[in-house]
Amino acid sequence: MKAGDELPPLTIPITRTLIVAGAVASRDYQDVHHDAELAREKGSPDIFMNILTTNGLVGRYITDHFGPRAVLRRVAIRLGAPNHPGDTMVLTGTVTGVDGDTAHVRVVGANGIGHHVTGTVTVEVPR
Amino acid sequence: MTLTERDGAAGARGAPDGLYGLLAGFAGRAAATAGLGKDPVNLPMIRHWCEAMGDAHPAYRGPDAVAPPTMLQAWTMGGLSGHTDRSSAHEELFALLDGAGYTSVVATDCEQEYLRPLRPGDEITFDTVIESVSELKTTKLGTGHFVTTRTDVRAGGELAGTHRFRILKYAPAARRPKPAAPETADTKPAAPAVTTKSAAPNIADTKPAARPVRRPRPVINRDNAGFWEGVAAHRLLVQRCGDCATLRFPWLPGCADCGSREWDTVEASGAGTVFSYVVMHHPSFPAFTASDDPAAAGGPYAVGLIELAEGVRMISNVVGVPYDEVRIGMPVRLEFLRADEELELPVFRAEGED
Repeated sequence: MKAGDELPPLTIPITRTLIVAGAVASRDYQDVHHDAELAREKGSPDIFMNILTTNGLVGRYITDHFGPRAVLRRVAIRLGAPNHPGDTMVLTGTVTGVDGDTAHVRVVGANGIGHHVTGTVTVEVPR
Repeated sequence: MTLTERDGAAGARGAPDGLYGLLAGFAGRAAATAGLGKDPVNLPMIRHWCEAMGDAHPAYRGPDAVAPPTMLQAWTMGGLSGHTDRSSAHEELFALLDGAGYTSVVATDCEQEYLRPLRPGDEITFDTVIESVSELKTTKLGTGHFVTTRTDVRAGGELAGTHRFRILKYAPAARRPKPAAPETADTKPAAPAVTTKSAAPNIADTKPAARPVRRPRPVINRDNAGFWEGVAAHRLLVQRCGDCATLRFPWLPGCADCGSREWDTVEASGAGTVFSYVVMHHPSFPAFTASDDPAAAGGPYAVGLIELAEGVRMISNVVGVPYDEVRIGMPVRLEFLRADEELELPVFRAEGED
């Protein structure tokens, strides 16, 4: 691994099931993540993915790529365009630096309306 | 809603906001002290998480499984039965925000560091500090305050990870009462503002507009009210010093040349030229292109510095010409643009068109 390496993209269909399963698995019962009617009352057109699920998907994207020995050290994300059901998110990553066994990766998750997530991940990959 | 909008306008101008003084006082206060995770770290919750995420990492399975590090916050969640361990400071802050109309919550940022793996059986405790409460911000979702907290998560008393979290407590943006003309250009005309293609929401990216496709309201005060009365009557009025007759624009209480406070007005003929211009590419601001060319909503637009035939200059839009064809010296003529049902603005149309 070296700076400048591009990770292969990971395409994630944003289904209603994924949004609800992620919210429940992260114990997040905010209505906007499972109840479309209440989400609309709050100005959103539909339910949307919670940040914990996005965090989990970003972590998975990195360890999927760096393999079974990869250990996450830091994940920092910022959300933009929400992930609504029916959309597709494509995660892409670029290694921005390598420090011994540790890589720093810039991650972007783009959906149909813009960048859902931008962030940086630090991952250790013992040789 | 009225309160929210008024506060929103004040915040956008940087004017004092009484509520903010109270909110800022919460920085540094504890939001949770010695909070206890509702469940110890356990395999079923790990498995349910991995199932939802589609995560097949071998470290999260089998007899020596560790929890996915990104689950850090999940172990601190209140779940359906809610939190019982939050401090009075947290309750007070949220009560203040709720009381001011900022009743909705959306998370915008999460920064986690993982110091040691969490293993089944680990008992979780956590302490949360309110790091900061932002000034009033207007986003595409609505107007509100960002609240940033930092949580230290411990397993068996040992620091296992840190979790910085930012949420927006907001009042949802007013939905437009009926599909307005600019919306017909959108791919999803029935959808509210947050999904329209012209207004791709970026909740962490604040913009000075309460409604995504409406222009900001002018700030009208006693020094410039005459100008806006002129606009309402389709007259572009320029101030003229009552003593030295120097013309001035924009409207000001006194003459910059002689200091006199006496003035009257002259009506501009409407002829002018582009003295200079810039093209706005980012941030995208659909309100400034939607009414001129719906197909280009959200795209670049030109901002012209127009030199009127009378000699004063004003900033305005140049219409009737693509943004990349505006040129210095281009002759333009005044017209009035109805931006929406409440707002009319003087703009300048490139001459020689039509």
